[in-house]
Amino acid sequence: MSDASTSMSDASTAGPMLAADGTPLKRSLRKALRREKMRALMLIAPLLFFILLTFIAPIADMLFRSVENQIVSNTLPRTVIALDDWDGQEEPGEKVYQALYFDLFVAAEAKEHTKLGTRLNYEETGISSLFRTTGRRSDDIGEAYQDVFEDVDPRFKEAGFWYDMMTAGGGEPDTALMSERLGTMNRLIADLASGDIGFAPAAEISALLPKTAEAYTDFAIFTALADGDVVAEEDPWEAVYAALGVDLANAETRDAVQVYEGPGADALRAAAAAADQLPAGGFKSAFLDVDEDWASQGVWETIKTYSASYTPGYFLNSVDLELSADGISPRDEDQQIYILLFKRTIFMSLTIMFSCILLGYPIAWLLANLPVRTSNLLLILVLLPFWTSLLVRTSAWKVLLQQQGVINDILVWSGIVDDANRLVMINNQFGTIVAMTHILLPFMILPLYSVMQTIPPSYLRAAKSLGATNWTAFWRVYFPQSVPGIGAGSILVFILSIGYYITPELVGGTTGTFISNRIAYHISSSLNWGLAAALGSILLAAVLILYWAYDKIVGIDNVKLG
Amino acid sequence: MSSIDLPSTPKPSLTRFVLPIVTGAGALFGLLTGSAMDSPSPGLVIGAVVGAALAYALVSFMPSRRAGRWAAVALFAVIGLLVGGLPGIVAGAAIGGVMGWITYWLSTGDYRNTVPIYYTAPQVLWHNTYLFICGLIFFFLIAPIVTILPLSFNAEMFFTFTPKMLALDPEGYSLRHYRDFFSNPDWQQALANSVKIAPLATLLSVSFGTLAAIGLSQEHVPFRRPIMAILISPMIVPLIISAAGMYFFYSRIGLQGTYWGVVLAHAALGIPFVIITVTATLVGFDRSLTRAAANMGADPVTTFFRIQMPLILPGVISGGLFAFITSFDEVVVVLFVGSAGQKTLPWQMFTGLREQISPTILAVAAILVAISICLLTVVEMLRRRSERLRGMSPA
Amino acid sequence: MRRMTTLLATSALAVTASATFAQEMADSMTLVSWGGAYQASQRNAYAEPYKEMHPGLEVVWDESSNEAVAKLRAMNEAGNVTWDLVDVVASDAMRLCDEGLAMEYDPDELLAPAPDGTPASEDFGDLIVSDCFIPQIVYSTTFGYRTDMVGDTPPDDICDVFDLEAYPGKRSLEKRPINNMEWALLCSGVAKEDIYDVLETEEGQNQAFAKLDTIKDQVIWWSAGADTPQLLADGEVVMGSTYNGRLFSVIEEQDQPVAMLWDAQVFDLDGWIIPAGLPADRLARVKDFVKFATDTQRLADQAAYISYGPARQSSAPLVGEHAELGIDMAPHMPTDPDNAQNTFLYNYEWWADYRDDLDAKFQAWLAKG
Repeated sequence: MSDASTSMSDASTAGPMLAADGTPLKRSLRKALRREKMRALMLIAPLLFFILLTFIAPIADMLFRSVENQIVSNTLPRTVIALDDWDGQEEPGEKVYQALYFDLFVAAEAKEHTKLGTRLNYEETGISSLFRTTGRRSDDIGEAYQDVFEDVDPRFKEAGFWYDMMTAGGGEPDTALMSERLGTMNRLIADLASGDIGFAPAAEISALLPKTAEAYTDFAIFTALADGDVVAEEDPWEAVYAALGVDLANAETRDAVQVYEGPGADALRAAAAAADQLPAGGFKSAFLDVDEDWASQGVWETIKTYSASYTPGYFLNSVDLELSADGISPRDEDQQIYILLFKRTIFMSLTIMFSCILLGYPIAWLLANLPVRTSNLLLILVLLPFWTSLLVRTSAWKVLLQQQGVINDILVWSGIVDDANRLVMINNQFGTIVAMTHILLPFMILPLYSVMQTIPPSYLRAAKSLGATNWTAFWRVYFPQSVPGIGAGSILVFILSIGYYITPELVGGTTGTFISNRIAYHISSSLNWGLAAALGSILLAAVLILYWAYDKIVGIDNVKLG
Repeated sequence: MSSIDLPSTPKPSLTRFVLPIVTGAGALFGLLTGSAMDSPSPGLVIGAVVGAALAYALVSFMPSRRAGRWAAVALFAVIGLLVGGLPGIVAGAAIGGVMGWITYWLSTGDYRNTVPIYYTAPQVLWHNTYLFICGLIFFFLIAPIVTILPLSFNAEMFFTFTPKMLALDPEGYSLRHYRDFFSNPDWQQALANSVKIAPLATLLSVSFGTLAAIGLSQEHVPFRRPIMAILISPMIVPLIISAAGMYFFYSRIGLQGTYWGVVLAHAALGIPFVIITVTATLVGFDRSLTRAAANMGADPVTTFFRIQMPLILPGVISGGLFAFITSFDEVVVVLFVGSAGQKTLPWQMFTGLREQISPTILAVAAILVAISICLLTVVEMLRRRSERLRGMSPA
Repeated sequence: MRRMTTLLATSALAVTASATFAQEMADSMTLVSWGGAYQASQRNAYAEPYKEMHPGLEVVWDESSNEAVAKLRAMNEAGNVTWDLVDVVASDAMRLCDEGLAMEYDPDELLAPAPDGTPASEDFGDLIVSDCFIPQIVYSTTFGYRTDMVGDTPPDDICDVFDLEAYPGKRSLEKRPINNMEWALLCSGVAKEDIYDVLETEEGQNQAFAKLDTIKDQVIWWSAGADTPQLLADGEVVMGSTYNGRLFSVIEEQDQPVAMLWDAQVFDLDGWIIPAGLPADRLARVKDFVKFATDTQRLADQAAYISYGPARQSSAPLVGEHAELGIDMAPHMPTDPDNAQNTFLYNYEWWADYRDDLDAKFQAWLAKG
């Protein structure tokens, strides 16, 4: 097969032993070994790659989601930066509200603000509606500025006028500003098209009116790439007027406008002259007008606390803690459920595991001690449920266990239970435990059976002939030898049961559900995917530890099926 | 059951052993029947008397076991008819069968057949109790499946045994749910999807899995344990986590809601089964066979297909069956990864359980149970074949 | 070589042909709905007639309306929306519209006018609660009870649900705060018009939970529309809440001993949304279908299969008899004056704001059972 396997060269010659082709045997052997290893890896590689791509990558992606939190800094980039200076003692200053206004306006146009609201609402109730209502009224705040400017000069109503003014009639473009805004927009809107915007802010105007240029650039990018319209033909956003107001509130800018010569300079000068007519109180009072919750310390603390790109928040939530401005603290009493659910999941899985041992051990013992032909026949009784659809078995238990179900009917019919006091055996823990014990029992019986098959019956006879009672012989001789089987079966059953979803969902009611039902709820109903991912990661960690233990105790290679 | 009495087994006493136990059993059945008719005490007494009389009559006058048991069945069926009409016959016949069996089991000494001859009476009692408990556990395993079957012939649209069914009225039964399954486009579409998805997923997992299993069974494999751990992980990671992960990741790469997404997901879930079964077959594989083939001039490909493959084929097929059933029975992952175009049979069953009242799922269940039994037989036959083949190869 | 050119030419032709065809209308369409009797009514009343008019069109149904928001979000993230038309309740439609996942439309352009020429926007009136929402039906969530399990005095008041002494036995309630909280407050003495003001406060919420606590251990919580009908048919519960159409089919079609408790029924709307960002050919197909499916006659036809009120005013007079049973459908409509003596209007705006908060509290409350 390999060159190393050919006969040894002269053993009598001095120096290293050589293979037939003259290379030292040691090296030749090593080469052969390396080739064999390579061949084995080549055979495994396609599957390994397949599993990594279709299975491990999704799991890793999910783990990533449990800490991912870029939504805050992507949606409110300017606010997050402005909040850096906030000491958290009192309400933030005008600068923060101003940043929030421009961020929120763009986000509302892109319909991203409700997503952020929902995200932050997980941490502080009420933020969702705060963002929703504010988003709806973000136009109004800008309109106050728009009205003033349009009264000063009606040309401010015209799309073309704005376009000329912002391009300074085709002056030197400010590419830095453009690419910076484009980057921000791309982070905000995931599927933003690429293409020609048909606009570039003039460097001249962005030096003169920085805020206005920024707001107009946002407007231009959004109009061209998200709406697919022509920038020069669309009326600018209300936010652009507000930005102009911000710029003109600055005395130095007003002075600079006086000497500006570009297109629309006269209109700008008129606007600068009317600066005192602009809404007093700035953005802060405008926000407080919309909703006084914007003065709330809690809202701002939440935004600041969660402004980092990665957060432990979801993991803390999944153990009933939360991240607040003063560090980690327990959640409100009426929202604490996850510790309870984890405990319940473990408790029920343990109960199921022990019931499986209790029911599986006698059966495995019987199977291992019967003649092969009989035991193979009985084994079919074990394997049939194993091969029957999970849904079928679960619905069968529904039929059996419900209050008007078969078992209660029989009990009532035979007079053991009074018709008025039928047993409640479903939609609670009992139902889940019974159905899942049934479903997982084969996973206990099969490993137990394969271990017990290897225990020679003569040991038990020897013990008895040496004077042991039946019980002693079993407990001191047979049982210890069957422990590996119990271990294998228990870990398998436990691993499978703590991740169960379908059966508890159908028969568990409210008290018989597992943490996995909660994960499913967060994925499909509450849409809190980060929390679902964090809960899943914790569950996964638990399973992996058990998996590792299983590998240590039993060895993965020794898993047997049927 | 052997009918030859061992010489050392004393024939059990009729009056001191058989009669009291059968009387007790009769009393128990009498009590149950009595309480069903709201008169437990008379039932108890009548049951005890009938049981005692039966035991005495059978043991004394009916040496033929078969005839005696049929007589008991007939007698109790008649009693059942008198007491409870048509369903009474069935219940009565069942009770009669049990009573007849107990009587002969005790009176002929069969109850000691399965234990060594030196066992004391309490040991025999314990052993038989143990067998009885095992019987109950087997009943626990099978009962839900047995319950489903008659319900699938329910004439009503609900999941419960109707009074008509219990009265064995033919009107209470119908094939409408089976008809619905075969005529309803939703179910047929789901079946078609399952049939389209499962074989391809199986093919993927079997081809990748077999190749990898052969690689893993080589003597020198670097990182064998971690690789094995990764390959087995789809079986160990809770389905809800796999499903959630795939949902997010496949969404990102555009596979969510596509045929290939479901196929890939199911193939990944099936792979551990293929790995496990094929490596198990390879453990017993004799390497000298491939060396001999190589020695005689066969190239590796020929060796693989002519020597290795036929010997590990049973393992490959049973791994494939497991992978197939995994895909065919899988509901959690497909619910997340699939969309309407990939609605499989289990998905439709899940919908049937949650969204609409449709006992059609019971008919489907019955059909699936029948298929399972067929598959199980195939696996069992393959296992025997594998053992035979390996027994032939020099170990 | 010549052969090659011919081949190329043919395939180029085929491509252009399919492209021009594609620009008109796609030949398959995925509709998302709720399954069960409701989906059957949609299938019978408009999907099948439409398919007859357009042979070769493939219609795929997906029963995922329950998870519509989650799935649309995932599809949107992937940039691969496979659904063409999604049936959702009004509150979900608002949420989807807010997040930009549903397409905004112009009623008078997209929807057919009434036969007398009334524009669609007037015919549907204020039922168009969101710019993305195309209303179909008015349904109500209400209670059904077992006539054979309530003794001689059948329940006629919503508060009988909370009365364990008069009506012992299990009840089934939906596994979410919406409706349950309102009913609980109503029965703990809060006036109907104050419900939402009270529910906004911490004390109000606790008051509602306290009322629900009194029956908590007698409640089976349902999450799918078929649960309560099944539970009622099995006799598992004495009374339970569900959609009135589901109860209709238990009572009239399945002939079970069940009756309706219309008191304090909660009206809600159900309708279509078109996912945002559909390709032109699929959008054209969907628009064509929606115009047909929401016209006056079609909406009235739907009422022949299920007891939900058509969302168009002009459809109401056309509501006739049940398609198979031949019974008059009007008295089974939630909007029938006899049934609508005491109704409750579901407050979309309020729940849009408070849904997340109350959901978390409700689920925690449930889990602690």
